[in-house]
Amino acid sequence: MKQTRPLWNPYVAGVALGLVLLASFFVTGQGLGASGAAKRLGAVVLHHASPTWAEENGNIGKYFTPARSAMNSWIVFLALGVAVGGLAGSITSRRFKVETVRGPRVGRDVRLWLALAGGVVSGVAAQIARGCTSGQALSGGAQLALGSWVFMFSVFGGAYALAYFMRRQWI
Amino acid sequence: MNEIAPLVLSTNMGHGAQMVIAVLVGVGFGFVLERAGFGRADNLASIFYGRDFRVMRVMFTAIVTAMLGLYFLDLFGVMALGNIGLLPTHLLPQLVGGLLLGAGFIIGGYCPGTSLVASMSGKVDGMVFVGGLLLGSVMFTVSYDWLAGFHASGDMGRMLLHEYFGLPSAVVVLAVTLFAAFALWGARRIEIIVRASAGLSKEVP
Repeated sequence: MKQTRPLWNPYVAGVALGLVLLASFFVTGQGLGASGAAKRLGAVVLHHASPTWAEENGNIGKYFTPARSAMNSWIVFLALGVAVGGLAGSITSRRFKVETVRGPRVGRDVRLWLALAGGVVSGVAAQIARGCTSGQALSGGAQLALGSWVFMFSVFGGAYALAYFMRRQWI
Repeated sequence: MNEIAPLVLSTNMGHGAQMVIAVLVGVGFGFVLERAGFGRADNLASIFYGRDFRVMRVMFTAIVTAMLGLYFLDLFGVMALGNIGLLPTHLLPQLVGGLLLGAGFIIGGYCPGTSLVASMSGKVDGMVFVGGLLLGSVMFTVSYDWLAGFHASGDMGRMLLHEYFGLPSAVVVLAVTLFAAFALWGARRIEIIVRASAGLSKEVP
């Protein structure tokens, strides 16, 4: 197997990420985001199950207008781009590989159940906080939004608080 | 408005063009996340064991880069901060949501954006995390009647750090830059100690 490309120096990657974010603000007037796309996709699923209920729901009702489909939104196209960029990045770096990433002391099944649980918790969390690491910590953090900085420190706090109990999964 | 940016306002850009640009920005975002090493849960989780602060280096450098860009563009009248999208501050929901997102991060190994990059890198755990994310979003929406009061609580609207503390923005921009530099310096000290006690090489791979 050919060698994978090395990762970028973290400071170089940081400047590049900051410039992507700045370019996003400069052109579109919006920062980056990710969880909003999951929210809209989930909303569309609920709308299929019960259109009336979804349209009357306080959280997602506003997405259903006659003018435009709920998926025809900036955040959804951004996520589509992230998927394309991630795929292009992993292929060109030869890091694309179907595998389950896990620490040396955890089985595959346990790892996948924990990934599912973590995803569910994060899905709820991003809705409560109105954004995730991208929309809040990165985009709001760079604008110096008060709530985004509270959010960022809370993310570190929550993760460090549970790190001891999760150590067998990672180290 | 006289500022030349955001271009979407100054050029009256149509919806289709905006969506094309969103895809292009996303491609840049996803590609950089992959090159930063954020497509693997073990790279991401190692920050929480003090072994490799790569995540913090990338994150803080990105925030400072974009912050300096935004505040200088505002200063030079190129793009007014008031014309770009800013999420409202709701202190308690953001505190609770942040703690939970941190919990989801250490339990699942990703955050929402990185899980998408991991999925596209072939990581099965990333795909399962994305599935969980959808499920969690739906669960929130289904419970919204019950959670709406808390979700809307403590609304402070658009609130920036320097407005909250009553300081000139330049002071806070400088303080955040120094804080990031100090935090990264401290992180490196911790990394050296932890790596030595775990019997790892001094330099992060």
